[in-house]
Amino acid sequence: MSMKNDYRARNHPAWWAFLVHRLSGLALSLFLPFHFWALGQALQGEARLDTLLRWTQQPLVKFAEAGLVLLLAAHLAGGLRLLALEFLPWRGWQKSLLAWAAGAALAAGLAFALVL
Amino acid sequence: MSGAGLGYAPGPAAAPGANARFETWLWIAQRASAAVLALCVLVHLVTIIYAVHHGLSGAAILARTRGNVGALAFYTLYVLAIAVHAPIGLRALCQEWLGWRNSSLNWVIGALALALFVFGLRAGAAVFVG
Repeated sequence: MSMKNDYRARNHPAWWAFLVHRLSGLALSLFLPFHFWALGQALQGEARLDTLLRWTQQPLVKFAEAGLVLLLAAHLAGGLRLLALEFLPWRGWQKSLLAWAAGAALAAGLAFALVL
Repeated sequence: MSGAGLGYAPGPAAAPGANARFETWLWIAQRASAAVLALCVLVHLVTIIYAVHHGLSGAAILARTRGNVGALAFYTLYVLAIAVHAPIGLRALCQEWLGWRNSSLNWVIGALALALFVFGLRAGAAVFVG
């Protein structure tokens, strides 16, 4: 495949949707073991869970947490787009519009809900 | 990295001579788990927003989950869907971006699925008995 064709294949909304979906999925997969470990601390009692939660109050950790919530929302929107693409008999532009609308609504809604 | 393949169809991800039936089952499992996760993630996002506003302390979290059979059932289903979905997605990534296509990948991915399931259930049980 030539460089030109390679570039054309990737400079396309579907490629970016694919990339966001894959990278958000990878990041969420890497986060899961930490998430399960953190919740598992409850086995050692409420105080241990509190110690961990206090650690998460640091600005940088809170920022990372907000990023993870957005990645989860982005992966959800991308996944709904894929399910719509594969299982619903809609036209291409309708599916794209739906995905953009769902993604934008989720991002705006989450930002609003988490900050307020 | 494989050409411009978007990696969602079982075709491009399958190595020549690979078990087509196995790939098809993985494809179905990925979509079925995605459908379950769509609902679970929505509930999870709503829960996160609720928790942020109503206390994110150990006491507040455990007050919601301790002895809550409904929550335990929900998280068990959630963990099961994650243990199916995440490893299959990582498998596609390993195949397409790392060129890892031999059978050792399936064993590693299988072990990862089992580990996610066990540690996920442990996490759910921890906040249930908390």
